[in-house]
Amino acid sequence: MDRERKIRVLATKPGLDGHDRGIKVIANALMDAGMEVIYTGLRQSPEQIVETAIQEDVDVIALSFLSGAHDFLFPRIMELLKGKGVDDVLVIGGGIIPDEDISSLKEVGIAEIFGPGTYTDDIVKYIKNNLKR
Amino acid sequence: MFDDKKIGEIREGYRKWTDVLEARLAKRPERKGDFVNTSDIPVERLYTPLGVADFDYMRELGLPGEYPFTRGVQPTMYRGRLWTMRQYAGFATAEDTNRRYRFLLEQGQTGLSVAFDLPTQIGYDSDHPLAQGEVGKVGVAIDSLKDMEMLFDQIPLDKVSTSMTINAPAAVLLAMYIAVAEGQRVSSKELRGTIQNDILKEYSARGTYIFPPKPSMRIITDIFSFCSREVPQWNTISISGYHIREAGSTAVQEVAFTLANGIAYVEAAISAGLDVDEFAPRLSFFFNAHLDFLEEIAKFRAARRLWARIMRERFKAKDPRSMMMRFHTQTAGCTLTAQQPKNNIVRVAFQALSAVLGGTQSLHTNSMDEAFCLPSEEAVQIALRTQQLIAYESGATDTVDPLGGSYYIEELTKEVFGRAQDYIDKIDELGGAVSAVEKGFIQREIQDSAYRYQREIEKGERVVVGVNRFQVEEESPKDLLRVDPSVRVSQMERLKRLKSERDSRRVKDIVSGLKKAAQGNDNLMPIILDAVRAYATLGEICDALRGVFGEYQPVSTIG
Repeated sequence: MDRERKIRVLATKPGLDGHDRGIKVIANALMDAGMEVIYTGLRQSPEQIVETAIQEDVDVIALSFLSGAHDFLFPRIMELLKGKGVDDVLVIGGGIIPDEDISSLKEVGIAEIFGPGTYTDDIVKYIKNNLKR
Repeated sequence: MFDDKKIGEIREGYRKWTDVLEARLAKRPERKGDFVNTSDIPVERLYTPLGVADFDYMRELGLPGEYPFTRGVQPTMYRGRLWTMRQYAGFATAEDTNRRYRFLLEQGQTGLSVAFDLPTQIGYDSDHPLAQGEVGKVGVAIDSLKDMEMLFDQIPLDKVSTSMTINAPAAVLLAMYIAVAEGQRVSSKELRGTIQNDILKEYSARGTYIFPPKPSMRIITDIFSFCSREVPQWNTISISGYHIREAGSTAVQEVAFTLANGIAYVEAAISAGLDVDEFAPRLSFFFNAHLDFLEEIAKFRAARRLWARIMRERFKAKDPRSMMMRFHTQTAGCTLTAQQPKNNIVRVAFQALSAVLGGTQSLHTNSMDEAFCLPSEEAVQIALRTQQLIAYESGATDTVDPLGGSYYIEELTKEVFGRAQDYIDKIDELGGAVSAVEKGFIQREIQDSAYRYQREIEKGERVVVGVNRFQVEEESPKDLLRVDPSVRVSQMERLKRLKSERDSRRVKDIVSGLKKAAQGNDNLMPIILDAVRAYATLGEICDALRGVFGEYQPVSTIG
């Protein structure tokens, strides 16, 4: 594992949801923790997200969602990643996601879900401890 | 407000009091070294008449119902009529939402407030590929007039007032509402309600934009002009600070960025040839009621005074109604916690009280479960009851502006006013609100405040009960309200049926006429109204406009 390089994170908003306060706060916190953050802005289709992740060669994808479409969009992104043979990127999610949905999201490969009230420091620690490459 | 001799006595008394106190503080200091509010305004230990000694009462406060409206927009405020209790609601299909509306009206709610799903807000029909996973989730799915007719089934539009949270496609949804009313034999002249129609805060804070600023501002002024003739009782815009605050701004920034947007709309309408007093009385506003109780009350009062000044001095309005800031308030969604959610009932209660003490015209109280999901019927009932408790039991409604004259509130009102004015000056220097958004200035200011707020929580400097203090182990909530994913399928079937039943050639003709009109300068409202009457879909209408106007490309403000 080459850790000379900074940890590269794709921070993104899949779907049509416009609530970007959380993801921007996290993007700032990850940058303050020394990571390199590529923030895509709003309204990214699953295809765009996967393409950007590959092009930018990121170690982590951080998905934020508050409008309830995580049940469709998160699995779709995992499916596309798998289809492209990407299996060494840590994918995490956050936003308004009911606890009862978390196990099915983990089953498709989302490593962790961070809900309201999470400390950004905990996300930084989690990323550092769980990188897949 | 006091004569010199009395002020001298107070000053002398205050000095002695401070001397005694300093000695005591050396031994037993206060809880914190510095007390500051969320806008970074220092909060003094005590406020006295010394702070308002030079205060010009008639200039700064005046009387309620009179310029500068600091004390309220109506002479009798809630002694005359209570605020409109208006819970924002909408989910799944038009039938499901219609049932919720009728429930709310039976429970004593006095106005409707429509939440649309994201595809509707961004001008996509439910069968659009980008609508996958989103149909009916955060609001009701509306594809055509057919859905709108079901949404208001058995609700008499001459009796209720309806607020619609719709921005980029506001012209289309307003046209549908007018068409539903026509079906009920209600004239557009009798309709009362509001469309949000505030595109500028979509660029800076909320995200449901479609078109670039210039054509968006043209559609908005078309609506102002059309409504001044055809829908005279309608609030043509709700210039919104709510979402700016939710995105993380301070109270001062909320006032400043909202009023800067307001200035941009007034300027756009004036340069389109409208007379200020023709459209300005129908402008309305929308604010957030956040946690700092007294700062919020001061914020509402300061916003009223500042808008009145701007309208009279900057835009030379003559009609007092043009200077009168009427606003809706919603309690702060971002302050709801997923931890110990019942605590949210109490947060909402004092936030709501601040809005009432700040003189709001209508109010939405959040439900305790909204950090997880859409509100359940039980939670929304408690939220509505909270308003009714304030209205009927608290006594806060029995006199006008009960906190007017409080030394602290008056100084704070002045401080919020001054700091918001400074921001507006800065935005003017940047070329106005549109240009400030295009430069990323407003977005950066908001995101910096949001980050600072989060750091304060994480460092423990800002206490959030149940989150960073007083935590308990708790189970996750059960039986959350969920929207069935089959809503998209049923909407798609309905669209298919609609397209086979309507006169499609007529729709095609009107839509190509709309494109031509969009290329020219004619008011777009009459033709959009024709299009919805012929059952052109929202997506068809917005696609036609996208073809002419293009789509907004946001600037990046991270990194």
